[in-house]
Amino acid sequence: MAAGRRRVFPTLRARLPWPDCTGPIPLAMDRTDMTQTGSTGVIDRDALQALFDAVIARGYVPVGPTVRDGALVLDELTGVADLPAGWTEDQEAGTYRLRRRDDAALFGFTTGPQAWKPYLFPPKTKLWAAEATRDGGWAIHNTPDDAPDDTRPFAFIGVRPCDLHAIQVQDRVFLDPRHPDPLYAGRRERALVIVVQCGQAAATCFCASMDTGPRAESGYDLALTEVLEGDAHTFVADAGSAVGRSLLAEVPHDEAGADHLAAAAACTQRARDQMGRRIDTAGLPDLLSAAYDSDRWDALGRRCLACGNCTMVCPTCFCSRVEDVTDLTGDHAERWRAWDSCYTLDFSYIHGGSVRRTIGARYRHWLVHKLSTWHDQFGTSGCVGCGRCITWCPVGIDLTAEVPLIRDRGSKA
Amino acid sequence: MTDKPTLAVWKFASCDGCQLTLLDCEDELRAVTEAVTIASFPEASRAVLDGPYDLSLVEGSITTPADRARIQAVRQQSRTLVAIGACATAGGIQALRNFADVQALLETVYARPEDISTLATSTPIADHVTVDFELRGCPISKTQLLEVITAVLAGRKPNVWPSSVCLECKARGTPCIMVAHGTPCLGPVTQAGCGAICPAYGRGCYGCYGPMETPNTAALVDWLRGLGMAEAAIQRLFRTYNAAAPDFRQAGDRLGEGRHG
Repeated sequence: MAAGRRRVFPTLRARLPWPDCTGPIPLAMDRTDMTQTGSTGVIDRDALQALFDAVIARGYVPVGPTVRDGALVLDELTGVADLPAGWTEDQEAGTYRLRRRDDAALFGFTTGPQAWKPYLFPPKTKLWAAEATRDGGWAIHNTPDDAPDDTRPFAFIGVRPCDLHAIQVQDRVFLDPRHPDPLYAGRRERALVIVVQCGQAAATCFCASMDTGPRAESGYDLALTEVLEGDAHTFVADAGSAVGRSLLAEVPHDEAGADHLAAAAACTQRARDQMGRRIDTAGLPDLLSAAYDSDRWDALGRRCLACGNCTMVCPTCFCSRVEDVTDLTGDHAERWRAWDSCYTLDFSYIHGGSVRRTIGARYRHWLVHKLSTWHDQFGTSGCVGCGRCITWCPVGIDLTAEVPLIRDRGSKA
Repeated sequence: MTDKPTLAVWKFASCDGCQLTLLDCEDELRAVTEAVTIASFPEASRAVLDGPYDLSLVEGSITTPADRARIQAVRQQSRTLVAIGACATAGGIQALRNFADVQALLETVYARPEDISTLATSTPIADHVTVDFELRGCPISKTQLLEVITAVLAGRKPNVWPSSVCLECKARGTPCIMVAHGTPCLGPVTQAGCGAICPAYGRGCYGCYGPMETPNTAALVDWLRGLGMAEAAIQRLFRTYNAAAPDFRQAGDRLGEGRHG
């Protein structure tokens, strides 16, 4: 692909605060520290409640997977009993079905309909309120009382490696030192991250292509690998931070021997072998930037509903709109931030109309940003291979099927 | 009190549900009456002040020659005219007549059809007069009604978005019922505003708020066929409260091709 055809902003990359653009963003809250001893162990399934107890005793609100509305959703949990024991799911493009397993695995599934985004970047947030003053001006209140955020510290239990990477991708958006988002920063700083490594993959998973899974190596407080062998049901634990180590110390556990670590590695390999989809990422940013006139966009515009579901379920999509509201007296105003989607006409509305009027243009914008210009803007891909945009597209549009078609057209040109 | 803006509520062919949303405001009703003088609202009071009116809320569709003339008089008396509800913005459920032979219906239903003076179609207010804003819904949302009244009084644009119901489903954390259960749902082609109530209770969207800004009904129909729905069943999805909204009408017509005389 000719580099000259690519629409890049050459100065942008030089201005990124983390010049290598490859590793995780250096964060204050990245407590990762892999050098300490005493950071691994094996927790029996019956002792897992002790981990919840230790988390709750530290003041965290546990959030994790549970069965609701016929899906494995994330919600606040009271303990192990709320976890979806013996449940799994089948995923395909536009289809998700909950199904019983023939064992009692607690994390025997992959990704649910929504990632952790709502807990770090809520769908709707009041930013501030204002009252009209007697002298005809406005008094803006942006104290916590006027714009209350949920300041409870969450313990994310069961973060999949792809979703951990998604959090790190959003960190680059919301924690850029030039314009950090205080609401996100607060929620992120308070959150405890307990990863559950993947032991299986859905038909829609392609984290291996995006190099975001199925095993996370850092960026967590604690990582668990669920191992079911015969009657044994254990979790091989790996603490990635001082908090994680102290939590592990409070939970009854055995030493992790070579056999345990091998069993955990086998789980990872199984997930890798089951990986249902893939994307060839070689040269992909250049390829997509040069595919502005591909005839695939028109074809996609005929299939795409422009409903915005893919952007809502995407764990990295970060766009929001700002709404100013007044009350009937006209003396009280509020500013709210709400999730927005690049699939709406309003998203690209400027003086004179919307820039992306056709649905094909909106799909192109989303896909090219996600897989190409995201690199220019944030130094990573915007895709972590979780497959949610495939499963939760109401008409089953599959970017892993579309990218090769765009690639084929490009090579013929 | 006369220096406050005046509000008038008008009824055309409709069930009254949308205008009663104003009374449903309950907690906010006092604030409404402090902000405006309710000059004409027969559902609430027999006292009617003469026009002109600063804000007219018009409910219902145009189905008779008399109403076709009356809406002109309403427009002439109204500084700002807001059409409220599916009847006023799309013709309502009674626009199903648009797909039928009205004379045959009259002869079936009425003993003396010659006494009935009606039009062949049920049409939205905007087909007859200039409408300043259309508030969708069957019925409309109380929150959106208050927002529109507030916005009109403040001289600003209402925060009413023409995007899909899906965005509201996701904001409230409802997993997609079409994906997770195979339940047919008009949410992806329907305008938001209801708060995605039906999917939250496991029901497919009925399309009460009419077509969203760029509805791709053809793609949704293809997918519903793939779910095993019969053509007639898909057509019925589109032929309810907003059957005559152009995008839903076209979807229904395409599904009906070859089956109707």
